[in-house]
Amino acid sequence: MKECVGMLLAGGEGKRLGALTHHIAKPAVPFGGKYRIIDFTLSNCSNSNIQTLGVLTQYSPLELNKHIGNGKPWDMDRRNGGVILLSPYTAKTGGDWYSGTADAIYQNIHFINQYNPKYVLVISGDHIYQMDYQKLLAQHKETNADATISVIEVPWEEASRFGILNTTDNLRIYEFEEKPAQPQNNLASMGIYMFTWETLKAYLMKDSRQKNSSHDFGKDIIPKMLQDNKRLYAYQFQGYWKDVGTVQSYWEANMDLLDEEDWGLALNNQNWRIYTKDSNFPPQFIGGNAVVNHSMVNSGCFVYGKVDSSVLFTNVRVEEGCTIKQSIIHPGVNVGRNSNLERVIVMENTEIPEGTNIRAGEKEEPVVINQDILDGMLAMTGGGK
Amino acid sequence: METMMGLINLEHEHHVFNELTYFRNHASIPLAGRYRMIDFALSNMVNSDIQEVAIFTRSKYRSLLDHLGTGENWDLDRRNGGLYILPPDWNDPTDVSKGDLRFFHNNRDYFNRGKSEYVLISGSQFIANTHYQDAFRSHVDRGADVTLISTMAEKLEDEHTPYFRIQADDLGWVQNITNERNNPMVFTGTYIINKSLLMELVDDCIAYNHDYFFVHGIKDRLSELRVQMYRHKGYSAFINSIESFYRHNMNLLTEENYLELFYKPTFVRTKVSNNPPVNYRQPSTVKQSILANGCYIEGEVEGSVLFREVMVNEGTKIKNSIIMQRCKIEEDVYLENVILDKDVHVTKGQRIIGSKDKPYVVAKRREI
Repeated sequence: MKECVGMLLAGGEGKRLGALTHHIAKPAVPFGGKYRIIDFTLSNCSNSNIQTLGVLTQYSPLELNKHIGNGKPWDMDRRNGGVILLSPYTAKTGGDWYSGTADAIYQNIHFINQYNPKYVLVISGDHIYQMDYQKLLAQHKETNADATISVIEVPWEEASRFGILNTTDNLRIYEFEEKPAQPQNNLASMGIYMFTWETLKAYLMKDSRQKNSSHDFGKDIIPKMLQDNKRLYAYQFQGYWKDVGTVQSYWEANMDLLDEEDWGLALNNQNWRIYTKDSNFPPQFIGGNAVVNHSMVNSGCFVYGKVDSSVLFTNVRVEEGCTIKQSIIHPGVNVGRNSNLERVIVMENTEIPEGTNIRAGEKEEPVVINQDILDGMLAMTGGGK
Repeated sequence: METMMGLINLEHEHHVFNELTYFRNHASIPLAGRYRMIDFALSNMVNSDIQEVAIFTRSKYRSLLDHLGTGENWDLDRRNGGLYILPPDWNDPTDVSKGDLRFFHNNRDYFNRGKSEYVLISGSQFIANTHYQDAFRSHVDRGADVTLISTMAEKLEDEHTPYFRIQADDLGWVQNITNERNNPMVFTGTYIINKSLLMELVDDCIAYNHDYFFVHGIKDRLSELRVQMYRHKGYSAFINSIESFYRHNMNLLTEENYLELFYKPTFVRTKVSNNPPVNYRQPSTVKQSILANGCYIEGEVEGSVLFREVMVNEGTKIKNSIIMQRCKIEEDVYLENVILDKDVHVTKGQRIIGSKDKPYVVAKRREI
């Protein structure tokens, strides 16, 4: 028996990330110089001693499956439990894709039942934050709640972009409003739920029979529980949290890492490290005329040009005369001589020819390029943009 | 199919590493930002399709054990074969062997149980990124008893002194193994030998009370054996002293050498860590250097090798130095021609300058 089983939703397509998720699921998108987005939640589980974790995959899961493997980098290669990839399946009674977040859990009730847990933690693999789920569980037990939802205080003027939880003084939730036009509160749901398994199971079964339900935690399960006057509490999280759902927020979150201390993020915190599948690239090589400032650069890079406020993933080559500013360069990219990139996200293995100029203005969304997009751009302009 | 098993024999390797071997043996000295000496020999074996490797190590092997673990980073965590670390554990009351022959005698099981008929034996000081498949094919095709891997030294340096030199004829048959200092054909300490012959020669050496397998078993019996030489070509180095250690680390700051050693034919394997990318703060100036992950840089770094998790604070300048893992250099420090072993803490305002020929070495965990 396990006290708490984790269920990590990683099937999202991440449409708003555009080209970044053409071939991979959103949680598998590279992040922070050597990680993938899902590493943050996987590491949180590992650091919070959640040793049994189901990862629900659906959209383009190849990279994600390869990345997670047997869970070794997160110490989740366990004989009993560990990390288990749960993809949609067929059985005697038929089978179907996961039609919503709640449906994904519903279809894996038998997986959770194996461990006979008292609590189930439901999280999603596309948020950047460092959090101790044990604290959430402790409060959940203390308040004897049916569900505890982790919340973060957001600025009032932004509250209408989030799912807002209206609570009483002791943090009991009485109302959930998705993107309210007139927010009454500024506590936003982080999409992190701790449930008492018996209660959740009953609601999932009931919900599965509702023909008009979208089988979603936020839209169906939570409102239903509130309707039935179940004990729902908010858990107030303090620290950095970001949903990297759009190109803009993906870029911002990467830039935030450059000043991680200011944000209370700590990739290298000995007590709360972020783990990932490590490559075996040699240390980075910085050339004689290179200028690297306010940046993160990963192993295997060769830098001869100027890099400022940027994130360079593994095995990136920046030739002489280049200026790379406020950009994110994914693994295996070569930037040819005298190129200028500003506010650009360059996807894996793109070859940028000599003298390429690409920049997004201060107010514009950062530009995402891969080889196809770049070739198209260059064909149109005959080089330079 | 013919296969080889591996043996890394750390006995009888000459070295003068002073501070760097206070707390570890010479095979576990860190180099090039994230590696240790033994990674090269071990990776080359794995790259030669060797699936079981034994290591003879006599003392100060705590950090070696920590580094190698189960061997998983070299894909040597196998159900069959894999990694065997064999420190002295000698309980045979009838044992009369001496020198490295004690290791051979007391670990006969390793050789007897292995399915391979050939053994690749090496030390830890020959630093190259290569594989021995071609040498092995030549060994088998020519029907040799022993094949010695040699390399032609472009310029003879002090570090070559302890190694044997090889004289071979045009067909590669070894005529002589000498200490002739001016012969640039240096024996790398790596050789392939038929297993049955190895066991025979071991018995013989023990019977005659010898204490150095290579010298007495092979060199002294050269006329009775069919010994081939196979020449390694490409970048290599011998590291057996502080000076050679320093010089070869500095040589890696040339991209050509760096690529030769680390990108061909495949990566050198080492224990992976989980450090974030290097964090370049504002201001930071780094030129002509190699840096491993987890470093945090506010100061100036030039012509240096920084290992994982080194912290360089503002106003500090590090020049032509080797700074090992987790060193913390406070503000306004100047370091030139210095080697700091792991976990050294340099306090604010210090100036340490060594000479290019004799770099200043600070032992592990010192505070200055």
